[in-house]
Amino acid sequence: MKKIQILGTGCPKCSMLAKNAEEAAKSAGLEYKIEKITDINEIMKFGVMLTPALAVDGKVKVVGKVPSSDEIKKIIG
Amino acid sequence: MNWKTEWKKLLLIVVVFAVCFYLPVGKVRFDSAVTESLVLVKEYARQHVLLCLVPAFFIAGAIAVFISQASVMKYLGPGANKVLAYGVASVSGTILAVCSCTVLPLFAGIYRMGAGLGPASAFLYSGPAINVLAIILTARILGLEMGIARAVGAVVFSIVIGLLMHLIYRRRQREKVEAQMAMPEAQVRRPLWKNALYFASMVGILVFANWARSGDIRAVFLCCPGGLSTYNVEGSIIQKSDDGLTILDTYGKEHQIPADLLIKTQQVRKNNLYEWIHRIRWIIVLILVVGFLIMLLNWFTRKEIAQWVGSTWGFAKQILPLLFAGVLIAGFLLGRPGCEGLIPTRWVNAAVGGNSVRANLFASIAGAFMYFATLTEVPILHGLMGAGMGKGPALALLLAGPALSLPNMLVIRSVIGTQKTAVYVSLVVVMATISGVIFGTIF
Repeated sequence: MKKIQILGTGCPKCSMLAKNAEEAAKSAGLEYKIEKITDINEIMKFGVMLTPALAVDGKVKVVGKVPSSDEIKKIIG
Repeated sequence: MNWKTEWKKLLLIVVVFAVCFYLPVGKVRFDSAVTESLVLVKEYARQHVLLCLVPAFFIAGAIAVFISQASVMKYLGPGANKVLAYGVASVSGTILAVCSCTVLPLFAGIYRMGAGLGPASAFLYSGPAINVLAIILTARILGLEMGIARAVGAVVFSIVIGLLMHLIYRRRQREKVEAQMAMPEAQVRRPLWKNALYFASMVGILVFANWARSGDIRAVFLCCPGGLSTYNVEGSIIQKSDDGLTILDTYGKEHQIPADLLIKTQQVRKNNLYEWIHRIRWIIVLILVVGFLIMLLNWFTRKEIAQWVGSTWGFAKQILPLLFAGVLIAGFLLGRPGCEGLIPTRWVNAAVGGNSVRANLFASIAGAFMYFATLTEVPILHGLMGAGMGKGPALALLLAGPALSLPNMLVIRSVIGTQKTAVYVSLVVVMATISGVIFGTIF
């Protein structure tokens, strides 16, 4: 099971990233769990300063931009 | 029905019903406020959207996509040169803070993982004020000198605030996070001169398309009977009578100035170069657009152009609805110069008119606690200035407002603690007040 974490304080871009990630995980047919991390101090623990960011199983994969669901599919697949 | 979950909706419906039931339609003040808000929306749509906002969105989109954020952030990292870090922090808002929601994570990151409290505070203060959209919109709507004062004031005072925060807390050990800064991946590199030319041509289009003609005459008048603040309007007189003056300003807007408010009129000395540029401005814009398209087709890949358009569209989608609501509300509450909205001009003028230290301080404190959605501070300030706010207090509010709000104070507190937050907020209020007083004295 993959743990997909969306790091962001709740701006429109963050929810777009969450949506794209969900689509990507679904179409890749993965078993997944999406977790949104909105607390700024928790986000810092990932070393992320530019939100939104995407982490898979605790590892930061994307920082400061919103990739399309196809691109995310490559990252998590 | 489950009362525990439904009571909020019921309450909302009751409140909305009560408002509708007692809606003061037909009362002169209410009706004119509604008209004012529509007039203001029309004015923005006619004067500010096509030539100013649209190019500004494209510039912001380009900054977000084509300027490498990693190259800026390395100057704010843990090993950064301390002196350089302050300088970079004070101006990097233009590149890093294109969206206001990115400011707080960056602040927390610079504090916890990067260059420390001083540069982090400097960034927090200047970031929201010097993002490109904010500067362009401020300069266009509130006047060029206000736009420049906002940018310069934010940069200069952010360094002062950063240094003071550093000095006050120099003995404290900060709670560092031992995390590796996760850098965004570097974008495709283009030689610097190509990037510079690309941005310069876009800024050129924006500047020349908005090149106003100079007026024949400048009228100075009071905001309202017994008011403390004055305005300048530059343009040409189209009607003059005993009741007052009608001036067509250089943007093509009519101003009716009652005779009892008029202080003086003066001739404007024409500058030949300025007039000449105004006459040929569309030729300049055309040349720039053609040059820009050539650059775009030759230096950029299809994917990059798509990203740029995508990010521009993202800004437009995010900001236009907020701005629309902001303009409606500002018009409804505050009206325009000479036409009152819901809030009497008298009140505004008494609270923040003129340029007293008290007015400046009041504007800074109000700004510090109030929340402004991205860019809505501009129409709201426009409304307030129309209702008699002085230029000094307006700058004070512009500096303290977007940098702070009650919700973001709470987030800042969770990062640096209560005491440091209180010191930071007081510094911001004091600095904004001082810059307001200075600006109000000069202009």
